[in-house]
Amino acid sequence: MNITSAQYVQDENGNNNSINAVIDEKAMFVPLDPANRHYAEILRQVAAGTLTIADAD
Amino acid sequence: MSKDKLTDYDATASNNTDVGGISVAEGMLPSGVNNAIREQMSHLKDFASGTTGIDVLSLADDDASHAIKLQAPSAVTADTTFTLPDGDGASGQTMITDGAGTLAWAAPYGNRNLIINGAMQVAQRGTSVTELGATDGYFTLDRFKVAFGAASAGRFTMSQSTVTDLAGFSNALKLDCTTIDTSIAAGELFVLQHVLEGFNLQRLKASSTSTQAFTLSFYAKSNASRAIATEFEFTNGTNRQISKLHTIGTSWARYTMTVPAASSTQIDDDNSAELTMSFWLHAGNTYTSGTINDDALAPTTSANRAPGIGSLFASTDNTLEITGVQLEVGSGPATPFEHPRSYGDELIRCQRYFEGGTRANSSHTGNAGAIWTQKNDSSSRSFPQMNAEYKVFKRATPTVTIESGQDGTANSISGYSSGTNYTVTSIQSPSPSYVCSYFQTTGGLPDQITVGYYTADAEL
Repeated sequence: MNITSAQYVQDENGNNNSINAVIDEKAMFVPLDPANRHYAEILRQVAAGTLTIADAD
Repeated sequence: MSKDKLTDYDATASNNTDVGGISVAEGMLPSGVNNAIREQMSHLKDFASGTTGIDVLSLADDDASHAIKLQAPSAVTADTTFTLPDGDGASGQTMITDGAGTLAWAAPYGNRNLIINGAMQVAQRGTSVTELGATDGYFTLDRFKVAFGAASAGRFTMSQSTVTDLAGFSNALKLDCTTIDTSIAAGELFVLQHVLEGFNLQRLKASSTSTQAFTLSFYAKSNASRAIATEFEFTNGTNRQISKLHTIGTSWARYTMTVPAASSTQIDDDNSAELTMSFWLHAGNTYTSGTINDDALAPTTSANRAPGIGSLFASTDNTLEITGVQLEVGSGPATPFEHPRSYGDELIRCQRYFEGGTRANSSHTGNAGAIWTQKNDSSSRSFPQMNAEYKVFKRATPTVTIESGQDGTANSISGYSSGTNYTVTSIQSPSPSYVCSYFQTTGGLPDQITVGYYTADAEL
């Protein structure tokens, strides 16, 4: 899974609720659910130090 | 008539005047007694060995007042030997045949295939993708993914092919090598996988720490004789991995793999990936240098996962087609492929993991995806939004991709009448059942219908 960017997205209350990521050259909204395979991979790459999740705008 | 076998004997004693042509009538020669006994013993031996039979096997009750009788049909066209199973089956199991006379106990037919989309009918993402080989993922047929190890030069096309020469099937998953890789690095691998969810696997359990036997079956053919391996690997537990080699021929044939009952196994009762079934099609030394583990579930040893396989990437002539994939409880023989009740049923099963695939209509030139429409009646909202309830409750909260609005502009939805595109900036309150998108506009939207296409991915 080639993840080239990741940035938190916030809800109306200012809480992070998903990640706007570009995965395999496609923009996706990835929920913060450990059972979601994209989120699990993002966490794995963050732990490996190969990916950083940017703060929400 | 000479009485040469048990069925020639007469129920009226006085009518039995010979045994195999040796007279036992009144006034017989004394020497005929031992000869008649010997002849009769040979008849019993023929009966015991199955050389000669009987018309009816009668099993009387205790007082011999009634009997259960087993009988062949009045006309039998060919000798048939039925071999019984070794012992009783589990409660509720039925007896099945492998078509060659071997009988076995198996779970009753119906809802027994654990594989989703085994007949390769559902392809929500599309029917053909070229130049695959660099990135893992789901590309064509639902529930079947491809995965790779170290970078390989090999590339292939994955498609839903049309089947015309296999009764009962119209589709197959086809892999067609387009770029070869004959310099195989140790860590390379290419596998076709089907990942199974824990909730669906509980029937495999014998206890909380052991599993029953289960059997895989599938149909396959290739452009030439091809060695592949099938593998099962549980996510958890001590004994978790087993493989089997198959030599695929050039005509459709059915291949099977039975995984024996095992201890020290673990299948969690949840929505996580608990079992991965893999077809090994290409691998480097890391996975082929040992001895294939085809005896029993055991701790995973990389070198024992795929020894003996060939490489689909060896030639651009190479193709492989697979369909009729079935996984069922029991030690075999495999039962006939269980087709879904309908295409619609199979689609719904697939949509627990992925939703999309609405075909583009005449006014939609963008990517295929599930369609959502909504009339925005709150033009003054600072956060215009569009909502959709998924067709099927998802396995987990899905990843949402905004495929396009009407004209194909990515990450947008569009006004139906105006055609204006609005960029989707976020999704709100994501859940397994519902998606709400916020989109960018200035001063809210006019009172109009908005249209967009999305996909929701909750695959394992």
